[in-house]
Amino acid sequence: MNSTNTTVSSATSHYRFKPWNVGRFVIWTLFAAALIVAPMLFRSSLALTMLSQIGYLIIICLSYNMLLGQGGMLSFGHAVYTGLGSFIAIHAMNMAAKGSFSIPLVFIPVVGGLAGAFFAILLGFVTTKKSGTTFAMITLGIGELVASMALMFPEFFGGEGGITTDRVYGQSFFGISFGPAIQVYYLIAAYCFVCTAAMFAFTGTPLGRILNAVRDNPERVEFIGYNTQRVRYFAFIIAGFFAGIGGGLATINFEIVTGADSLNVVRSGGYLLFTFLGGATFFFGPIIGAVLLVLASVLLSELSKAWLLYLGLVFLFMVMYAPGGVASLIMMNLRLAKFGKLRQLWTSYLGLGSTALVGVMGAACMIEMTYHLQLNAALGSELTFLGATLDAKGFTSWFGAVFVMVTGFALFELCRRQFVRQWSKIQEEIEHEIKRGEAL
Amino acid sequence: MNPEFFVISLLNGVSYGLLLFMLSSGLTLIFSMMGVLNFAHTSFYMLGAYFAFTISGVVGFWPALVLAPLVVFVLGAAFERYCLRRVHKFGHVPELLVTFGLSYLILEVVQLVWGRSTVPYGLPEQLQGPLFSLYGTQFPKSRSFVMLVAMLMLVSVWLLLTRTRIGLVIQAALKYPDMVEALGHNVPRVFMLVFGGGAALAGLAGVIGGNTYVTEPAMAGSVGSIIFVVVVVGGMGSLAGAFLASLLIGLVQTFAVALDYSLIHVFKAVGVAVTDQTFGYPLLKLTISQVAPILPYLFLVLILIFRPKGLLGTRED
Repeated sequence: MNSTNTTVSSATSHYRFKPWNVGRFVIWTLFAAALIVAPMLFRSSLALTMLSQIGYLIIICLSYNMLLGQGGMLSFGHAVYTGLGSFIAIHAMNMAAKGSFSIPLVFIPVVGGLAGAFFAILLGFVTTKKSGTTFAMITLGIGELVASMALMFPEFFGGEGGITTDRVYGQSFFGISFGPAIQVYYLIAAYCFVCTAAMFAFTGTPLGRILNAVRDNPERVEFIGYNTQRVRYFAFIIAGFFAGIGGGLATINFEIVTGADSLNVVRSGGYLLFTFLGGATFFFGPIIGAVLLVLASVLLSELSKAWLLYLGLVFLFMVMYAPGGVASLIMMNLRLAKFGKLRQLWTSYLGLGSTALVGVMGAACMIEMTYHLQLNAALGSELTFLGATLDAKGFTSWFGAVFVMVTGFALFELCRRQFVRQWSKIQEEIEHEIKRGEAL
Repeated sequence: MNPEFFVISLLNGVSYGLLLFMLSSGLTLIFSMMGVLNFAHTSFYMLGAYFAFTISGVVGFWPALVLAPLVVFVLGAAFERYCLRRVHKFGHVPELLVTFGLSYLILEVVQLVWGRSTVPYGLPEQLQGPLFSLYGTQFPKSRSFVMLVAMLMLVSVWLLLTRTRIGLVIQAALKYPDMVEALGHNVPRVFMLVFGGGAALAGLAGVIGGNTYVTEPAMAGSVGSIIFVVVVVGGMGSLAGAFLASLLIGLVQTFAVALDYSLIHVFKAVGVAVTDQTFGYPLLKLTISQVAPILPYLFLVLILIFRPKGLLGTRED
């Protein structure tokens, strides 16, 4: 993690203009513009619900990465804070609707955030006593504790059915009722922008910097007089706050919360998975992760019943070969582009991409046929996959799939060897250029 | 509390605790040697049960008792060799993540191969029926078989680690891997064997746990977090601690499930009447059996507050 961070800082230092940091200003404007324009480009109602989900998942994944990427804390219980934030938010909404307590809908996510922070203060004290592996186990235990408690108190958590609400209550806020999905989207987008900016600002605060130091070298941090435990605790509370905001927004979006679904460890695992896939070493990685999470759970699950299997495989390969996630792949190529070397590689990329696609297609055919045999055996042995008709019990289909897969992966291996040679040569050239630049 | 209930619960609790120990001993072994917390450990347990189901359909239960753990051993060793070793250089978090990804994958593959519902993995004839009956309640043979296998395993692992040459190398590699390497032992191979061995222990637990309890895709998840509780409560990396903690948790859970008392009973005993208007009624009316699922986790939190290194742990990290 160390080395990647130093490469980023050396890369970004080039684009820093004083007294105004123009590069940063441009990026944040583009982010805001993307949030505003997105629902105008994708107009279907499915796209709108997906965009809303992406909006609050960005907040949740970023808050998760405050622990994982910036603090080196691998938490298996993040859903506790999003989920409890959701529950407090939904109770606040229902109370406001009954009139016992007056709060406009726009502030409901803040209520969720405060709830998340409150529970982080409460539970985080025990959780953050340890770091590393023990931390991971304790978060898992506390996650299970809260998730099984949810079924014990149906009065508060609504039991199996959960709690429902209606987001249209009270007086409209400057004529906005938050009934239509588009208004909710813009509420989520506004929160998303503000929270992302706030969390980015956090990385620059003394606490954020010392948190990085705690991740990299806790002993030295102790030496210079900081209490690492307290640093982790504060970071945990702030992460809990933003997680709660995300949970509150999720409540407004869906108008229902169930304890079995929103608090369990599977949900926490999902946040972990996609934050990591997006890239935990860079600030913007989790944003990519959130987008991937929604795309995978909405589109991929429509496309194939085996999507969890594919997801597990992709995750495993990413951990093994690109532990920096998608963000690190992007940054590596940006570095090449900066030195004008990206053009040399495009044929290799094309070769790698196409051969990998062929191999994966073959493997996917086999997986789909197996799933078909397992789940839809009653519908006959034939299935259509990507336009081709496969016979799950026929020899030719299996032979074809195996043949395609083996050929694809064999060619991929050949391309990969060529690519690795080329890649290391280019890296050497870049190192050389940097050294020459320094010598001048 | 009548003696019949007490004795039967005690036996059930001990047999469940010993099963937990079989699971957590492999995890503890791997953790204390390699520093890797294997999140897929209970997946190996599940694989053990499913392999035993398939193998016992072909050659019978007793060969499966030996063969299924062997298959799991091979899989575990292969995973260590080709996946875990590769991410070792990236640090602890990717190591944890790769095992987490594996647990995801094994769950999907198991559902793909054996289906999503329970498989009919039954007890062999020799283990059916009661072993003895006490106060009119019968104690099944299968539970006592679990106890027997767990005790045999405990003794043999202990003998292997303390009385043999291999155990000596393993113990040394645990503390001074560089020195052991310099003496000419292949430490990576030792790690591979230990990982496979730990997985095989989980697989063995699966073979006997799968038919005593139930074999289904959810079985890994249901014990998954409990064994982490066992490892933390017992003390990270301490086999004796894991033994103590698993017995404790097995007993607590078994006794709690059968007790239908709540705080209302306590208040009644001291002469305070509780109605549903009393403050905190939802909390007061909870019976111990309803609270049973969270007791291990509560235990975990309490241990962390009052004795952070665990019952018998020595490390303070």
